[in-house]
Formats: sequence, structure tokens, C-alpha cells
Amino acid sequence: MNRRDFLKASLGGAAAAATSTSAVARQNLEPAPEAVGMLFDTTLCVGCKACVTACKAVNDMPPTMMGDDVQWDSARDLSHETLNVIKVYTNGNPVTKDAETDGFAFEKRSCMHCVDPGCVSVCPVTALIRDPRTGVVSYDVDACIGCRTCMTGCPYNVPQFDYDNPFGALHKCELCNQKGVERIDKGMMTGCAEACPTGATLFGSREALLEEAKRRLALKPGDIYNYPMGDVRNPSRTHEAEVPDYQQHVWGEKEAGGTNVMHISSIPFEKLGMPPLPERSYVSISETIQHTLYSYLALPAVVLGGLSYVVKRNMDKEGDDE
Amino acid sequence: MSHYQPLERRIVTMPFLFLGVVALIGLYYLAERFFFGMGSVTNLNGGYPWGIWVVYDIVVGTALACGGYALAVTVYVFNKGQYHPLVRPALLASLLGYALGGIGAFIDMGRWWQFYNIFLPWQMNFNSVMLEVGLCVAAYIMVLMIEFMPTVLEKFKAEKLLKMLNKVLFFVIALGVLLPTMHQSSLGTMLVAMGWKIHPLWQTLHLQPLLAVLTAFTMGFAIVVFEGSLSSVGFRRRPETHLLSGLGRFIVGLISIYLVIRFGEILINGKFGLIFAGDLASLMFIIETALFVYPLVVLLSPRARENGRLLLWAAVAMLFAGSLYRFNAFLITYDPGPGYSYFPAMPEIMVTVGLVAIEIMIFLFVVKKFPVLPREEHGSAKAA
Repeated sequence: MNRRDFLKASLGGAAAAATSTSAVARQNLEPAPEAVGMLFDTTLCVGCKACVTACKAVNDMPPTMMGDDVQWDSARDLSHETLNVIKVYTNGNPVTKDAETDGFAFEKRSCMHCVDPGCVSVCPVTALIRDPRTGVVSYDVDACIGCRTCMTGCPYNVPQFDYDNPFGALHKCELCNQKGVERIDKGMMTGCAEACPTGATLFGSREALLEEAKRRLALKPGDIYNYPMGDVRNPSRTHEAEVPDYQQHVWGEKEAGGTNVMHISSIPFEKLGMPPLPERSYVSISETIQHTLYSYLALPAVVLGGLSYVVKRNMDKEGDDE
Repeated sequence: MSHYQPLERRIVTMPFLFLGVVALIGLYYLAERFFFGMGSVTNLNGGYPWGIWVVYDIVVGTALACGGYALAVTVYVFNKGQYHPLVRPALLASLLGYALGGIGAFIDMGRWWQFYNIFLPWQMNFNSVMLEVGLCVAAYIMVLMIEFMPTVLEKFKAEKLLKMLNKVLFFVIALGVLLPTMHQSSLGTMLVAMGWKIHPLWQTLHLQPLLAVLTAFTMGFAIVVFEGSLSSVGFRRRPETHLLSGLGRFIVGLISIYLVIRFGEILINGKFGLIFAGDLASLMFIIETALFVYPLVVLLSPRARENGRLLLWAAVAMLFAGSLYRFNAFLITYDPGPGYSYFPAMPEIMVTVGLVAIEIMIFLFVVKKFPVLPREEHGSAKAA
């Protein structure tokens, strides 16, 4: 929060305290000026999990094993050693890919890199940071006290704590731009987008990705479209495929202020386990409450002054009585 | 002459020894937590990052420790000096309860060795409700220590220090009213950012801080009545029913305001049907509401207010009501989505139980050695 915001919020606080309405509510944050992200198209995902393996290679994390199945990484959900996972949707007799009934589909779970991130807002020690230029939400392990408020404040249950390590830390996708990796700063794309053989995970600027998403939704089902792979602004390859019957909904365009990682699908998102989110971010409400009451500690200072006076007067009176 | 006196009874009694054993079990599992990680003693997971260590030790525990706060407001802000005899035991219980909250926060911190980051100005995030809670609770623990100092100074007959302290005590008491108002309301605001994971019956957004501070108040008064009645039974002292029943009137007012706001919000936002949805949340809501209504009904009758036993029951219901309100919101109806569930592990429960046992042991020790409880004749003289 810069000084100007602080001042604005404090004026809002004073006004609100005076009129007891929060006229200057904190609005949703806007996307970062050069926001980067990804577009995940469930209809292109074939469930190969090359992205899961690539993610583990970038982050030096071990495969997650289930029982005797040692052929491939079988992570079921995000964890301290799985920052990106492919989940499967099934319904009835799952024979048709991307069909809502009697069908199946693959859905990616990883940090959505919210435009107005809950984790960043609730962290008491600034251990989660939204990059002011790229919008990437990163983690500072040296600041983190492990209170896990970020986990409660994340609408997608993304940050994961390593409970089995007495000196554990939080783990989340930092869009391959974490210290020692810095793929975005080096002009590269994310590991998962690079590894994806179908372009289901596409890298790029938020703006270009949103444009691509809307272009796809406008296509006629059954037509042939040339799907880009890798970076949407400079595709490594393209491949032709038949256009599915998309839901007219870009997840992450508006949900809780929007996200930099967006999804499109032929199946309604609530069926794919996406949370019920309003357009206004929850943290814009909690920050409004917080800054209305506490900006510059002006209101508490006034109250303290009044209380001190009343208490002193009452104590002196008590003294006289005795 | 002081209005307070130490009980001067034997410290090591059977209940004390029993509490000691419970405490040792808790400490054993606490050691395990620090050697092998939180996963070895808790059932916390990716969807439920906060279990009973946060929700009981901090969220509910500090509200149960609001006796000192509630009485400070009554005695010093509303100038009801007749309640003065109740202040010291309430302050002691508050100090111990908040200390438990502080310890609970520390043992639950995954990266506890970096806890001091919360006190470094360049690390602070002023948007964070958690920051406000953390700093405010830390400050209030210190305020409670100072508020309790007269008892200690009296014991050691440090007259000079006592006089000096008395000169600035008004400011400390004022802080002791302000700080709990701040962080108890913030405990409610914390639910706002959790958004959809909080059940609609408990997700009241802008009203969260108000409901939180109201329940803290009711629980503060209830714990004073509860402790007052219990210590008169437990230590076989004359009950202070006349004082406690007066507090009952405050509780009636508070619960009424609380219920009007709570149900008003539910009606205005069209959530009334959820009460009768027949699921866990609706059941918990009905139990919680019944626990709020019972003390209201009892305490509305002046005769019942003078009845020590009914008063005690009303206080107990009130404590459960406020505790359940917070448990429901933060844990029981908290839903991070499919694939996650939480019920505390036995060792996890034992850590909390052990810490509470230590809290009670310290309380028993202090009231027997320090001038905390009011002199008995004081109570009977005023009863007339």
C-alpha cells in the first residue's frame, strides 16, 4: 500500500466515521499493467499430466505416489509437493470427452494469480506479494510466520503448508518466477505451458489470453480452429482441431476481481469444482472495514482519549467515596 | 485496608494433581509437535489450515477471557463501582485466557522462529486483519499484566510502586477497554476474507465486527457470573448473587441487541430458509440460537436473576452460545469445498486441554497466595 492509498483510505475512514457510511469503499484491484498469466482450455486437455511432471522438474519436487503405483505421478490434489495438478471430471457412464452427462473432462488446478489476491491482502507480514508490473503472486519464505491465514483467505485453497516438516513452509505456484527460477523475467514461459502438447495450457499476457478466450467462445461448434501452443503472442506451434460447444463463460475474467490464470470449458465451472464467487473480491470488503476503522489509528486514538477521560473521572469519584 | 485477601489454603490438592497429570500429557504432545511437525499431532490439512488450536485457543479462548474487559467497561466507563469486588478475579482469568491465546498462536505458527516479523514495521501489511489481531492481542496481554500489578504489589507491600502505578492506571484501564474492542471485532472481520467458505448463516460481511464484539461482551459478562458462582461453591464462600444478578440485566440487553441484528441480517438478505434446511448448519444454528435465548428468558425474570443456581445455568448457556457462534463460523460449518474434512486428532485436543489445565492451575495458585478474591464480609455487607 503506498502513501497515496493510505491517505485516501484514511480520508475515507474519517468520512465514514463522521457519517457512519463507508462511502469510499475499496474497490476491486485492477489487473497489473503488464499482467501475465495462462489460459487453460479443458477441451484441449488430454490428461497426460506432462505439465505436472514439468512443474515438479522446475520446482525440484518429488512425484507423489499412491500405493504400489509407481509408473507416474499420482497426485490427487495440490499439496506442499504438488503446485499444479490435473483432476478428472466424470459423470454417469463416462464415455464422451467434454460432455456434461455421461462424459469426462480434465481440469487443471494451480494458483490462479488473482488480480485482487486474498492471500496477499490477509498476510500479516507481507510474505505474499503481488508483483506491481506482472501481477504474479509470489511468496517470501523469510517473511512468513506460518500462520496460514493465506490458506483461509484463498478462494481456491491454493497455498499449501508442509505440516510434516517441523520447519515447514508454504508452497504455491509462483508462475515459474520464483527466486532461482525467474523464467518470466528471463522472457521464458511457464514450465507447464511449455510442456503442454495440445496448447490446453497457454501462456501469455492477460490481455492477449482474454482476447484468445473470447475468440474461441465466439467460434461455431464443429468448425475447425487453429489452436496456438506455448505463448499465445508467439506460438511455438499450432494445431487444427474441431471447435467444441464452449460454455459462454471465461472463468477468471471477473470472479472476485478476476484472475491472471483463466479457464474455459464445455462443462459449467461449478461442476468442475470452481468456487461460488461474486464479482466483488471479499478482501475489498474486509479492507474497507479495516481502513474505515483503523486508518492512521485516528479513530482508536480519539476513542482512547475519551475513554481515558471517563475512566479518570470515575476513578477519582470512587476515591472520594472511600 | 485492602478489599481483597488471599485464600491461604493448601496448594497441592487432589484436583490440582489431576490437572497436573493432564498438563503433562498435553506438554508431551506439544514437544512432539515441535520435533516432528504439526502433522504428527494435528489433523490439519490443505482445506482446513485452522483447527482447534486457532479456533479454541485464540478465537473462543480470548472471548472467554473477556471478563476483565466487560467489567472494566461496567465499573470504569459506566461507573458502576459496586461491581469492583469482581474485578480482580476477572482480570486474573482474562490474563490467563489471553496468555493461552498468545501461546496458542505461537504453537500453531508453522514458522514460529520468525514470529518477530509481525513486530517489524517494514514487514507489516496494514491491509491484514490478522496483523491487527496479532499486535492488538500482544499489546492487551501487556495491558492485562499492568492491570493485575496492584495485586502483586499489594502482596509484596511495595507501597511506593503501587502509588506510582495508581497515578497512570486510568490510562492503562482505558487501553484495556479499547484494545479488546479492536481485536475482538477484528476476529469477526477475519471471517469476511474467508468469503464463501463461511456458511451464509454466519457470513454477515460488514456486520461481522459488530457481532463479534457483542458476543465477546456477552461472554465476558457470562464468565464473570460463572466464575463468581463457581468460586463461591468450590471454595465454599458466601455467594455474591446480588452482584452477579445485576450483571444479568446487562446480559439481557446485550443478547437482545445481538439477536435483533443477527436475525435482521438473515431476514433482509433472504437467508431465513437456510435455518430450516435440515442440514448440519441449520441444526447448529438452531442449537446456537436456543443457547442465546435460554439465558434471555431466565434473566428477564427478576426472581430468576436472584436465584444463584438459575443464574449459573444462564451463564453457562451464554458461554456455550458465544463459543458455539464462533466454533460454527470458523470450523463446524466452515467448508473449503469437496475433498477436505477435519476433526481434531486426540493429541491435538490434549494439547489444548493440557494448556487449559495449566491455566486453571495457575489461577488456583494465585487466588490462594495473592489478594485476588473479595473479602467475604465485603460481600455480605453490601447484600443488605
